[in-house]
Amino acid sequence: MEHKIRVLVAKPGLDGHDRGAKVIARALRDAGMEVIYTGIQQTPEMIVEAALQEDVDVIGLSILSGAHMTLLPRVMQLLREQGMDDVLVVAGGIISDDDARVLKMQYGIAEVYGPGASTLEIARFIQERCATKA
Amino acid sequence: MRQRPDRVELADAVLNGSRRALARALTLVETGGPPARALLGAVFPHTGRAHIVGLTGAPGVGKSTLATALALHWRRAGRTVGIVAVDPTSPFSGGAILGDRIRMQALSGDPGVFIRSMANRGRLGGIARATGDAVLLLDAAGFDVVLVETVGAGQDEVEIAAAAHTTIVIEIPGAGDDVQTIKAGILEIADLLVVNKADREGADVTVRQLRAMLNLSDLSGAGWTPPVLAAVAASGEGIEAIAAAAAHHLEYLRVSGRFADDTRKRAEYELRVALQETALERAQSDRAGWKTLVAQIASRAIDPYAAAEHLLNTPGNVAM
Ligand SMILES: Nc1nc2c(ncn2[C@@H]2O[C@H](COP(=O)(O)OP(=O)(O)O)[C@@H](O)[C@H]2O)c(=O)[nH]1
Ligand SMILES: [Mg+2]
Repeated sequence: MEHKIRVLVAKPGLDGHDRGAKVIARALRDAGMEVIYTGIQQTPEMIVEAALQEDVDVIGLSILSGAHMTLLPRVMQLLREQGMDDVLVVAGGIISDDDARVLKMQYGIAEVYGPGASTLEIARFIQERCATKA
Repeated sequence: MRQRPDRVELADAVLNGSRRALARALTLVETGGPPARALLGAVFPHTGRAHIVGLTGAPGVGKSTLATALALHWRRAGRTVGIVAVDPTSPFSGGAILGDRIRMQALSGDPGVFIRSMANRGRLGGIARATGDAVLLLDAAGFDVVLVETVGAGQDEVEIAAAAHTTIVIEIPGAGDDVQTIKAGILEIADLLVVNKADREGADVTVRQLRAMLNLSDLSGAGWTPPVLAAVAASGEGIEAIAAAAAHHLEYLRVSGRFADDTRKRAEYELRVALQETALERAQSDRAGWKTLVAQIASRAIDPYAAAEHLLNTPGNVAM
C-alpha cells in the first residue's frame, strides 16, 4: 500500500487565532494528506513530541505572534536532538524577508510563506519535497 | 524476506521502549505488506498483557475528552497508557484531518503516555484496518492500558467490540428522548455506558432510560449487566467510577472464563483478516495472471469462483 504524507499542523506561541492554521490543514487534507491538527498555544516541546509520536513527514507551523525567531529555531533544535532532522518544516505567518532568509539558511526551515500564499502552492511544495525524499 | 533482519531490529527497539521506533512501527503497520507482517510476527509473542479499552459514541459526545480524563486517572495510579484515536478519511481526497490531540493536551510531556492519530482510510466499522495491529504494538511496547477512540460516525461501530476487552459507549443527556437514536446494536456492544456532559440538564433521566432499556433487552441475563454511569469528562467528575467499572469488567471476564473465550474469538478474527489479506496479496502478486483472470471473468470464459479456486490452488499463493 502507498504511504500517505503525514503532516503535523500546529500553532506555537501565545496568541489564540488559528484561522490560518485551519485553512492550511484543510487544504493539505484536500491534497490527500493526513493532517494531525494539534491546535493553538503549542510549545516547541509539545510540537516535537507530537511529531515524534505521529511519525510525520512534515511539520507546518503557523506563527502570527512575532516570536518566530525564538520559537522556530527551538523547534529545529529539538528535532535535531531527537534525530528527526529528516522532517520537513515549513512556516507561515507574518515574517519579514530578512527573518525568512535566516530561518532558511541558518536554521533549516524548508520554506516560509506569507499571509497571501497560495495553499495549492504549499501543498505542491510538500508533495514534491516528500517525493524526492522517498 | 530480505527485509527480515531490520524488521526484527525495529521490533527489538519497540520492545525496549524506544518511542521513535514505536512511531516508525506504527507507520509500517499502517502501510501494511510483508515488512509489516514480519514486524508483527516478531512482537506478537510479547502481546496479550494490556487492558484494551474501546471508546465509542457519536461525534462530539466527548470521547477524546473522556480518553484524556481516564488516562490522567490511570497515570496517577501509576499505569501507563497508549491511545489510538481514529478519525475518518475524506472520500473525496483520500486525506484526513485528525484532530483528537486538541483535547489531549493535558497528557503532553508525559513519557508514560503515547498518542497516535489514525485515519480510517475508508474502512467501515469505526476503526481502521491497522487499528488492531497498532494496539498489538502498543501492547508489546508495554503500555498497561490501550485506549482506542473510534471514528464515532454513529453507524454500526461494532468492530471495536471485537478489538477491545472493554467497550465503553458514550451518550449525552437527551439521547434517550428519542429511542431511535440509540441503536440496539450499540447497546449490545457496550460493556459500560457513560452519560457524559452530566453538567447539562437531563443526565439523570438519560441514565434511567438507558438502564430501563438494558433491563428490557435480554442482555442482563448474560452474566454482566453494563453499568450506566454519569460523568463530566471535562472536569474529571465520575471518572474514578468509570475506571473502577472498567477494572471490574476485566475482572469479570477473567473469573467467568469469558476472557479466554474472547481471546479465542479475537484470535479467530485476526486469523480471518490476516488470511484474507495474505491470500489476496499473494494472488495479486502475479499482476499479469490476475488481469488475465479478470478479463476471462468479464468475457464469461470462467466464473469468479472457479477463478478463485484456481488462484488458491496455484502453488505459492496460499502456502505459507
Ligand atoms: N459541557 C461539557 N462539555 C464537554 C464535556 N466533555 C467534553 N465536552 C466538550 O464537548 C466537545 C467535544 O468533545 P470531544 O472530546 O472532542 O468529543 P469527541 O468528538 O467525541 O471526541 C468539546 O468542546 C468538549 O470540550 C463535559 O463533560 N461537559
Ligand atoms: Mg475525538
